[in-house]
Amino acid sequence: MAKDTTQTAVIVEDLHKSFGPLEVLKGVSLTARQGDVVSMIGSSGSGKSTFLRCINFLELPSRGRIVVTGEEISLKPGTDGNLHPADKRQVERVRTKLGMVFQSFNLWQHMSVLQNVIEAPVHVLRLPKKEAIERAEALLNKVGLYEKRDQYPAFLSGGQQQRAAIARALCMEPKVMLFDEPTSALDPELVGEVLKVIRDLADEGRTMILVTHEMKFARDVSSHVMYLHKGIVEEEGPPKQVFGAPNSERCKQFVSSIH
Amino acid sequence: MHWGWLVPHLPLLFHGLQITLLILVFSVVVGFILAVPIGLAQVTGGPVARTIAKAYCSYMRGTPLLTQLWLLYYGVGSLFPMIPGMRENFMWLIRLDAIYYVLFAFTLNFAGYEAEVMRGAFLSVPRGELEAARAIGMSSWKVLSRVWFPRAVLQVLPTLTGEVIGQLKSTPLAFTLPVMDLMGATSKIRQDTYIIYEPLLFLALVYMILTFIITRAFGYFENMIPKRK
Repeated sequence: MAKDTTQTAVIVEDLHKSFGPLEVLKGVSLTARQGDVVSMIGSSGSGKSTFLRCINFLELPSRGRIVVTGEEISLKPGTDGNLHPADKRQVERVRTKLGMVFQSFNLWQHMSVLQNVIEAPVHVLRLPKKEAIERAEALLNKVGLYEKRDQYPAFLSGGQQQRAAIARALCMEPKVMLFDEPTSALDPELVGEVLKVIRDLADEGRTMILVTHEMKFARDVSSHVMYLHKGIVEEEGPPKQVFGAPNSERCKQFVSSIH
Repeated sequence: MHWGWLVPHLPLLFHGLQITLLILVFSVVVGFILAVPIGLAQVTGGPVARTIAKAYCSYMRGTPLLTQLWLLYYGVGSLFPMIPGMRENFMWLIRLDAIYYVLFAFTLNFAGYEAEVMRGAFLSVPRGELEAARAIGMSSWKVLSRVWFPRAVLQVLPTLTGEVIGQLKSTPLAFTLPVMDLMGATSKIRQDTYIIYEPLLFLALVYMILTFIITRAFGYFENMIPKRK
């Protein structure tokens, strides 16, 4: 089925992923248009994080098709049963358009906050350092970390580290933001400050794909929600439908158990 | 205490110091440059590269430096004259000089030890930080040069300090060959003057000062990144 790729930020078609004999994704598809906020929910082990990590090839899919901002990633089968990028450069280039935020922040500990944020713009995009710093300081201001820009990650709280990680991803001016359970590693009292930043991004009309356990948040910010169960999309649609009147019995149980 | 020998022998001691520092700095710098790929090969390499790197480290760490030095000098060194045409040209002079064997042996030995240190250092960098580097669009080389390597080195700086000091204190082994390092210079003074203890005391003091300088220099780099106490 050919889809119109002009308006779409990310298209994933029929994605399969196996770890050895274990098939964690059994044909998952997703289409995110510009400005969409797609949330993926589901119990742990449902494959939602793996799915997200396949989009930027941190995990190699076993089967499927991935198109990012109209550009299809050319893949070739490897001996390990996975699809490998045919052109490393292409994947590196596409990754610069996909801002990834991890559950465990993954800031580079040997760099200050500011250095973390300007690192890739300067060394990957080859932006002049001065320009990168200006961009970074504006973003750090936006996430409320301007005063902490010269601190090292180890001296920040989890919430501050995650906001810095969001600024780091944003500084590449990505077309799409990928969030992999961005608040799951945080103390409860720090969740709010991170969700607020993500919500602001959603309000700006940023395209985002979000894997989360924050059901209320997903309901509020999403334009589209996907409920994954054992590697397949069990239910998807607008948040009203998925949370309010799901067709799937399992999804009904899941969302009611979380609330 | 007799210290009258000191001033007349300063030029000799200074020469010895230069040789000691040459052995130390050369073997540490070149050895470390070799150690990085050898360490990395053990972490990311294929089975062949991994086996070779491991075997290399096992030999260098499993045998005394003195043995390695002598094997090289008396073993390999004695093979050169058997190569036809070797005795005729000027290269012969260079090949004879013991300092080259010392530099070679010390460098290979240091590389063996540091490769093992770097192997552990590379492994100790959290996977997530490397993933973040890949996810943001860095090439494999950028991931290595901007995140993996600097992160690994900073982590093992205290270990490296100790290793360099250890290397300094191995340098007197060079004196077992015709090389006039600090130890050699001191021994010559003792033989020439029949003064036994004072030159040795002086020697100990010089090594201590060198150790102090090394510690401070590495400490400076360690403190560049503040650590959470």
